[in-house]
Amino acid sequence: MSGILVYALHYEGAFNKNSLGAVSEGARLASELGTECHAIVVGEGVSDELAASLGAYGASKVYRVEGPEGLAQPVVDAMEAAIAAGGHGYALFGGGLLGFEIGAGLAARLDAGVCMEVTNVRVEGGKLVAERPILQDSQISSVHYRSDVGVIIGRLNAFEIKQTGGTATVEDLSVEFKAHSLQAKMLQRGEQRGADVNIEDADILVAGGRGLGNAESFQLLEDLAGALGGAVAATRAVVDAGWYSYSAQIGQTGKTVAPKLYLAAGISGAIQHKVGMQGSENIVAINKDANAPIFEFSDLGVVGKLEQIVPKLTEAVKARKGA
Amino acid sequence: MKICVLVKSVPEAGVTKRINPSTGRLERGGETRDNPFDTHAIEAAMQLKEGGELQVDEIVAVTMGPEAAAKALRKAVSLGADRSIHLSDEALAGSDVNGTGYALARVLATESPDLVLLGQQSDDGECYTIGAVVADHLQMPSLTQVIKIDVEGGALRCERQAEYGYDTVSIPLPAVISVGDAINEPRYPSLKAIMGAKKKPLETKSAADAGIEADRVGYDHARAHCAEFAEPPAKAAGQIIEDEDTSETVEKIVAWLDERKLLA
Ligand SMILES: Cc1cc2nc3c(=O)[nH]c(=O)nc-3n(C[C@H](O)[C@H](O)[C@H](O)COP(=O)(O)OP(=O)(O)OC[C@H]3O[C@@H](n4cnc5c(N)ncnc54)[C@H](O)[C@@H]3O)c2cc1C
Repeated sequence: MSGILVYALHYEGAFNKNSLGAVSEGARLASELGTECHAIVVGEGVSDELAASLGAYGASKVYRVEGPEGLAQPVVDAMEAAIAAGGHGYALFGGGLLGFEIGAGLAARLDAGVCMEVTNVRVEGGKLVAERPILQDSQISSVHYRSDVGVIIGRLNAFEIKQTGGTATVEDLSVEFKAHSLQAKMLQRGEQRGADVNIEDADILVAGGRGLGNAESFQLLEDLAGALGGAVAATRAVVDAGWYSYSAQIGQTGKTVAPKLYLAAGISGAIQHKVGMQGSENIVAINKDANAPIFEFSDLGVVGKLEQIVPKLTEAVKARKGA
Repeated sequence: MKICVLVKSVPEAGVTKRINPSTGRLERGGETRDNPFDTHAIEAAMQLKEGGELQVDEIVAVTMGPEAAAKALRKAVSLGADRSIHLSDEALAGSDVNGTGYALARVLATESPDLVLLGQQSDDGECYTIGAVVADHLQMPSLTQVIKIDVEGGALRCERQAEYGYDTVSIPLPAVISVGDAINEPRYPSLKAIMGAKKKPLETKSAADAGIEADRVGYDHARAHCAEFAEPPAKAAGQIIEDEDTSETVEKIVAWLDERKLLA
C-alpha cells in the first residue's frame, strides 16, 4: 500500500489551517489512488480527541508521537518511523515554515525527491505529480518523483479544507529520536511582537513594506488607512525590523487576508507575501521600481515615490469623502 | 573553531531567467552575482568571530557550481572569509535540492565545521530548504530563517519567526543555521580586501574528491524530476500610472477607487 502520510501541525490545542487543508488534499488524492491517507501528530500529551479530529478531514489513521513541539528534526524521525511502519509512498505538508524544514530533512533521510511551493497535485498513471510555480510564478513546472517516497510541500493556502465526516483510529507510535534531533531546545514559542491589531476583518488594508524606510513613516499609512476607513498591514521585512506589529503581517508566516481593497506602499511583492493577499478583490501598489514583482499582480500600479504620493492621496481621499 | 559559510552565484537581478524547454533546466546564463542572502550569512560569521565569545579560528566559504561560481567565493573572501572551497564537477550539474544538499554535506564533512551558516534562500531557486537537507546528512541540529544569534554558554540562542510568532531556540554546536536578511547589515568589502581576495587559498574539489556517490547527484539522478512546463492562467494586466505630476496621479487613483465603489 503506497498511502499518503500528512504532517499535521498543532499549537495550543488546535490544528493549523494549512495542515487541515493538507489532510483534506491527502484524502482526496488517496481516494483517487485507491489507498489511504494517514496523518501524524507530534507533541506533548496530544489528546485522543484532538488526534482523532483529523478523521473529519479524511485521515483514516492518525499516528500520535510523544515528542517536543515546534521543532522540525524530531518530526523527521517520527515520520521516518511512521513510513517504515506504514509503507507510505508520499509525505505531504501544508504551507507554512515548519513543513519546509521537516519535508527537506525527511527527503535527505529517505533519499527522496522533494518539491516545495506546490499549488496543485494531480494523479497520473497511479502516481502523484506535483505542480509548482517557478520564476516569480511566470511558469508552472510539473515534478515527477523517482524515489520510493515523494515529498510534497504545499504553498500557503494551496489546499482547500474539506470536511468529509469520517473517523480516524489513533495509533501511538514510539520513536527513538536521533541524538541530534533533540539538541535544539525551544526556549520561547509564538512570541507576539508589537501591538495586537486585527487585519483579518478589515475591508480595506493599507500595507507597508521596507520602502517606507523607517518605523515613523508608518504614520503616513495610518493616516491613509484612517481616511479610507481601513487598517494598516505589513510585510515580514518590516516586522522583523521592529517597525510594525507581527499581528499585522501578511504572508506565509503571518495572516491570510482577502479585503475589498489592498493597497501596498513600498512592498516588492515577494511570493511569501503574495500568498497571503492574492485573494484580495482590488490590488493597488505604489512602488518606485517599475520592475517590482508586485506590479505583475496589481490591478492598479503606481510607479513613484510613496512619500510623495501617499500624503497627497490621503488628502484627496478625505476631500472626496467629505464632498 | 571553524565556521563554514555556503555561498552561491545567482543570475544578475536584471537577467531574465528562463527554462530551456528541451532540457527542463533553469538557464542561468549571463551575468551572475553573489546571492544577496549569502552576504548576511558571511556577515553573521564575521560578527561571531569579532564578537569574541566564540574562538573562531577560521571562516571557510564553500560553493558548488560551474567555473563561474568561483566569483561568489571571491566575494565571500573579500568580505572576510579566510579561504574557500569550490565543489565543481560536470556530474553535479542539474542536481535537485536533495542531490545538492547531499553533495554540499559531503564537502562540509571533509572540513568538520563547528558551525555551518547559509542564507535563508537563494535568489533563483526559491527553495529555502538546503539548510535542513545538509543538517540531516551531517546529523547536526539546525534552524532556518534565523534573524538574531546570541552566544550563550557556548550554544547559540537563535530567534526566528515561524507560524505562530517569534520562536527563541537554543542550539548547541556543531549546528547548521540559515539566516534571514533581517539579521544584520552586511559590510561592504574594502578595496584592499577585494584586491587581496585573489591571494587567499581557493581549493577546487571534484565530486570524487569529496566522496560523493555519483548516482545521487546530477540531473539524471534527480529524485524530483521537473518535466513539463506550462504557462499559468493569464491574469488581465493591471493599469499602470507613472507618477509625473503627483496631483494628477492622485486624482487618477481616487477616480479608480471611486469607480470600484471603494470610497463609499
Ligand atoms: C520561509 C519564508 C517565509 C516568509 N514569510 C513572509 C511573510 O509571511 N510575509 C512577508 O511579507 N514576507 C515573508 N517572507 C519574506 C519575503 O520573501 C520578502 O523578503 C518580504 O516580503 C519583503 O518585504 P518588503 O516588500 O517589505 O521588502 P523589499 O523586498 O525590500 O521591498 C521593498 C520595496 O520598496 C520599494 N521602495 C523603496 N523605496 C521606495 C519609495 N520611496 N517609494 C516607493 N517604493 C519604494 C522598492 O522598490 C522595493 O520593491 C518570507 C520569506 C521566507 C523565506
